[in-house]
Amino acid sequence: MAVRVVEHNVVVFRRLWRGYIMVSFFTPLFFLASMGLGLGSLVNRGSGGVGGVPYIDYLAPGLLAATTMQAAAFECMYPILAKILWDRIYDAMLATRLSVRDVIAGEVAWVALRMLMVATIFWVVMAAFGVAHTFESLLVIPAAALNGLAFATPIMAFTATQRNDNAFSTIFRFVITPLYLLGGAFFPISSLPGALQAVAWATPLAHGVELCRGLVLGDLVPAQAVLHLTVLLAYAIAGVVFVRPLLTKRLLK
Amino acid sequence: MTDSIASPPISARNLVKRFGDLVAVDGIDFEVAAGEAFGFLGPNGAGKTSTMRMIACVSPVTSGRLTVFGKDPEVYGAEIRGRLGVVPQADNLDLELTVRENLIMYARYFDLAWSEGRKRADELLEFVQLDERAKDKVDDLSGGMKRRLTIARALINQPDLLLLDEPTTGLDPQARHLVWERLYRLKQRGVTLALTTHYMDEAEQLCDRLVVMDKAKIAAEGTPRELIAKYSTKEVLELRFPADEQPAIDGRLDGLADRVELLPDRVLLYTSDGEEAAAAVHRRGLRPESSLVRRGTLEDVFLRLTGRSLID
Ligand SMILES: Nc1ncnc2c1ncn2[C@@H]1O[C@H](COP(=O)(O)OP(=O)(O)OP(=O)(O)O)[C@@H](O)[C@H]1O
Ligand SMILES: [Mg+2]
Repeated sequence: MAVRVVEHNVVVFRRLWRGYIMVSFFTPLFFLASMGLGLGSLVNRGSGGVGGVPYIDYLAPGLLAATTMQAAAFECMYPILAKILWDRIYDAMLATRLSVRDVIAGEVAWVALRMLMVATIFWVVMAAFGVAHTFESLLVIPAAALNGLAFATPIMAFTATQRNDNAFSTIFRFVITPLYLLGGAFFPISSLPGALQAVAWATPLAHGVELCRGLVLGDLVPAQAVLHLTVLLAYAIAGVVFVRPLLTKRLLK
Repeated sequence: MTDSIASPPISARNLVKRFGDLVAVDGIDFEVAAGEAFGFLGPNGAGKTSTMRMIACVSPVTSGRLTVFGKDPEVYGAEIRGRLGVVPQADNLDLELTVRENLIMYARYFDLAWSEGRKRADELLEFVQLDERAKDKVDDLSGGMKRRLTIARALINQPDLLLLDEPTTGLDPQARHLVWERLYRLKQRGVTLALTTHYMDEAEQLCDRLVVMDKAKIAAEGTPRELIAKYSTKEVLELRFPADEQPAIDGRLDGLADRVELLPDRVLLYTSDGEEAAAAVHRRGLRPESSLVRRGTLEDVFLRLTGRSLID
């Protein structure tokens, strides 16, 4: 029955898809053009790219991971709180054959689909810039989606506890944006101060960035890939484990 | 499903609902028979919605025993809900979707095929006279139209039991009569109805049996007629005095009726003979601005049992 919750999202999305697709397309386009090519030409001239890799090749997969993080965070804040609190969509759903478990499974599946969409469009732009050369680089699409899920489910659990949307902008300001800028997408984590490096590696994004970058550049070390996947999965599963009782308590009083 | 023949649609024994320290439902017993229309009356906060939500399997029972179609909501929630139609106290229609889409989407939540959902949606829109608004956004409907759409939505799965929490609050008289007529038709088709209301005429019109709840408990139970016979009198004399004289009335009507009720705006005398009581009031030298004899109603029962006017 979780698929019914996905259907609901699809029906609503059908009205809004143009806007979403535009954002998913133009964000990588502008970033790769300005930062990748523009700023990249300076980087490449000064130091021969990052570790011998042209800057745009270094940047693009990292930016993909950061983008799915940001998109997943957004999807699991305002739209979910609206369905809990403002529009009471979940109350209406739970008066039917659907259960809280279906709602959670459906929403997680929907975020996964959305992240696959975002990552696919991003991959197309990367390919247009000549960054994604290989067939294997297509694997970056599910990897980036998983990176998104590692943020999605814990944030969903957080949203299940909120009475208003005040905390969301705080999370963006103090968690999502700093990670976006400092979490390894734009420059190596190793150039951060020591304490911040440890913090960065404790978050899913650092692992998502490394995984995506390895898949696109084709230099992934299997043992490290396993570590990155494990961390991302652990966050995603932990989020689901927490969201279940929190959402049940919230909706079934 | 055979259980609907064997077990009553709803059965509650010593049912309790607590929210922290607050006791919203305090050990109530009732049973609703198949095909019956059963009402919950009571002042604000009496526990009607809390009871309805437990029956709807969206609110865990604190203690006591509740069965719906003979089954425990905690174990068989999804299965029971598949046979329920629910009209919640506050509308929760999907504002992102059109009127018709709301019904079709809801059909999907009951696992009906898209084509079946579309078919039923069109039938139901006609049933609640909203077929001309099918393509409109829900947000553009008036409050009463939204209410009717919510009722239509509750029927999409052809429920055996319909739970209606204040179904006609906010409806104009015409729309209210439409809803009553539709509910009556459903009842004739064998659908069991459980409803809450603040309108005594609605309760008298629709309910075969009802309970009056007060402070989380059931204060009385019976058919409307039984309740009127037991808690009211055959006739009621309503007197209105000029506002400044009303306080002085206290005590001067003693002995003229079985019971005297002083309300802020009027005085009620419960008696078997209203005309005679009116004459007696006159003989005591009292000159009310207006006096009216009417039959005892559920409203009098409500007042007697809860000590409150209807909507306070
Ligand atoms: N989710 C909740 N959390 C805490 N208290 C609640 C909750 N829902 C209801 N209550 C309390 O339970 C009591 C009964 O409320 P309920 O909604 O069942 O009353 P009601 O009879 O439906 O009233 P009304 O006629 O106003 O709709 C009230 O004191 C109310 O404040
Ligand atoms: Mg209520």
